[in-house]
Amino acid sequence: MKRNYGMAYAAPQALWLTVFFAAPLLIIIAYSFLKKGLYGGVELHLSLQAYIDMANPTLLLVTLRTLWMSFVATLITILIALPCGYSIARSKNQALRLFLVIVPFWTNFLVRCYAWIAILGNEGFVNQALRFLGFRPEGVQFLYNQGAVVLVLVYMYLPYAILPLFSTIDKFDFTLLEAARDLGASKMQSYIKVMLPNIKGGIVTSILFTFIPIFGAYAVPLLIGGKDSYMLGNVIADQLTKTRNWPLASAISMTVTLLTAISVFLFALRKPKEHHIEKDMDPLASSSGGAGRNGLVGGSAEGVR
Amino acid sequence: MKGSDVTVSNVSKSFGTFSALKDVSLDIRKGEFFSLLGPSGCGKTTLLRAIAGFEEPDSGIISIDGTDVSGLPPDKRRCNTVFQSYALFPHLSVYENVAFPLRIKKTPNRLIKELVMKYLSLVQLESHAEKKPSQLSGGQKQRVAIARALINEPSVLLLDEPLSALDAKLRQHMLMELDSIHDKVGITFIYVTHDQQEALSVSDRIAVMSAGNVLQVGSPQQIYENPATEFVARFIGEANVFQGMVLSREGTLNVMDAEAFGEMLVDDETPVDVGDRVIVTIRPEKIRITNEKPSGKELNVVHGIVEEPVYSGFQTKYVVRTDAGSRITIFRQHANWSEGIPDIEWKDEVFLSFSARDLVIVEKNAS
Repeated sequence: MKRNYGMAYAAPQALWLTVFFAAPLLIIIAYSFLKKGLYGGVELHLSLQAYIDMANPTLLLVTLRTLWMSFVATLITILIALPCGYSIARSKNQALRLFLVIVPFWTNFLVRCYAWIAILGNEGFVNQALRFLGFRPEGVQFLYNQGAVVLVLVYMYLPYAILPLFSTIDKFDFTLLEAARDLGASKMQSYIKVMLPNIKGGIVTSILFTFIPIFGAYAVPLLIGGKDSYMLGNVIADQLTKTRNWPLASAISMTVTLLTAISVFLFALRKPKEHHIEKDMDPLASSSGGAGRNGLVGGSAEGVR
Repeated sequence: MKGSDVTVSNVSKSFGTFSALKDVSLDIRKGEFFSLLGPSGCGKTTLLRAIAGFEEPDSGIISIDGTDVSGLPPDKRRCNTVFQSYALFPHLSVYENVAFPLRIKKTPNRLIKELVMKYLSLVQLESHAEKKPSQLSGGQKQRVAIARALINEPSVLLLDEPLSALDAKLRQHMLMELDSIHDKVGITFIYVTHDQQEALSVSDRIAVMSAGNVLQVGSPQQIYENPATEFVARFIGEANVFQGMVLSREGTLNVMDAEAFGEMLVDDETPVDVGDRVIVTIRPEKIRITNEKPSGKELNVVHGIVEEPVYSGFQTKYVVRTDAGSRITIFRQHANWSEGIPDIEWKDEVFLSFSARDLVIVEKNAS
């Protein structure tokens, strides 16, 4: 008789996930429903106070700001990563270019943050160069604002966006672009109508790989940002270390995790847009709704130009 | 006529140090089924891509209906291509694939439906409109690709080895279907293939290419019966090739001393002089193989031993080694019951006979 060792093989991983992932998460959930201790920590006393505390305008502002900054940073990252992934996929020395994308990972995250301070700071390279050329001897304040944080976030997460895009584009059949051109599409139309739908999977992965970590960013806004770029990650850290309100920190963490999980879930599950052939085939539907559908098609084609 | 003339004048194209096209000139006529035939790497696909607008020639001019199309991008040329890999858009249904060119042109929806169904019925795929390309067989994908390429009503249809991915039976079937589609739409077809049978069976004219050059342009009969070079003779069908020197000439009848064969009578209009070195060919089916020595006027007769009989149902292929040492291939058709009986076998002594008129001088070098 054949014995099933599946459980035995899965045990180490199950143990690992339980100890290092599920347990901490459960602890955070539990903390968020407990009473705040006088000098940090928690008291074993059920309470919804943390969730009530969350409903304050400052926190709402920070949440909206975090969403906005994450959105902008992800958008910029994807817009840079697309042509990058494309050029690597079409390049003759893919290995070298991929290597160059990965090189930054050899340096510690924080060190790279400080490197940006060395570049953009008041005594940084850029300002020194400007001074040397005779512009703005008083220096330009590049750091400690939203723009700087978005810039460094884009820099940090760009490789995570490039790699999945590269691997999808690499598998893309480029004859399809020629076919589109052959059938009358302009260069731009062929990219948007043929290439984009076929690399959608890679784009979705890239967005997830950048949006999620950026949404939980802590170090970058702390080191590069100022008052206007305080993000949710910083609020959580402050609640833990300064205000010492652990239940509130846990409640915010839980909310962030839940929001992220839900958005990922919706993103991954959403139905791809189908062209409604049935409607086209049905003479009644096309005579009544033809104009509207045509408008829709025309509209999307216009968006291309 | 809906088709266009396509003129290729002195077109050259190189990729790095490799020259794919060397000063190629061709005149393709309106409505013609024209094949570019040659082995892989001969430049036929490059020429097709240059006509489509995917490659810009280094020099020379391609014109469609007398208009120079240099620098015109593919979407501005009235040519459409059927790609070797079909290149169907995997994210779109069959219907939307075929509708693609019309959607780009913002054709009204009502007209799109009418045209898509018209072209899908031309390729007999109306009932598959809602399927995705991944749900179709190779032959069906091919049909979708053809319908999609035709829906823009191009004046030239370019076909890049469209049948190479299909199995032999289906290929024959699709070939006949292509021929009938050509008859229906009446536009110019330019068909790239390395398969001489395909080219011979559907083309109005064929250009045989090798190493970036066009060796011969002509009807299938001209190409087969009067190959212009040894390469053409060997590439199209099978050929027995002899080298030799002209000994005497009287009218069109030459006596030639052929290597490993002996004296050979050749009746060919190609003007040659006594002493010229020539290459002559003869097709295997034009040689008779018999047990008794035949006799006749202007007949070459040679004695030999059967080395390899290969039976293949409708015919038997023999390779015979002549007494002088040349190996000659013969096809004997089994046109009636008695010819199907294997009366000539391995190691039999036989006589080969062929008429002087069936030999063709393909190349000559004045001595």
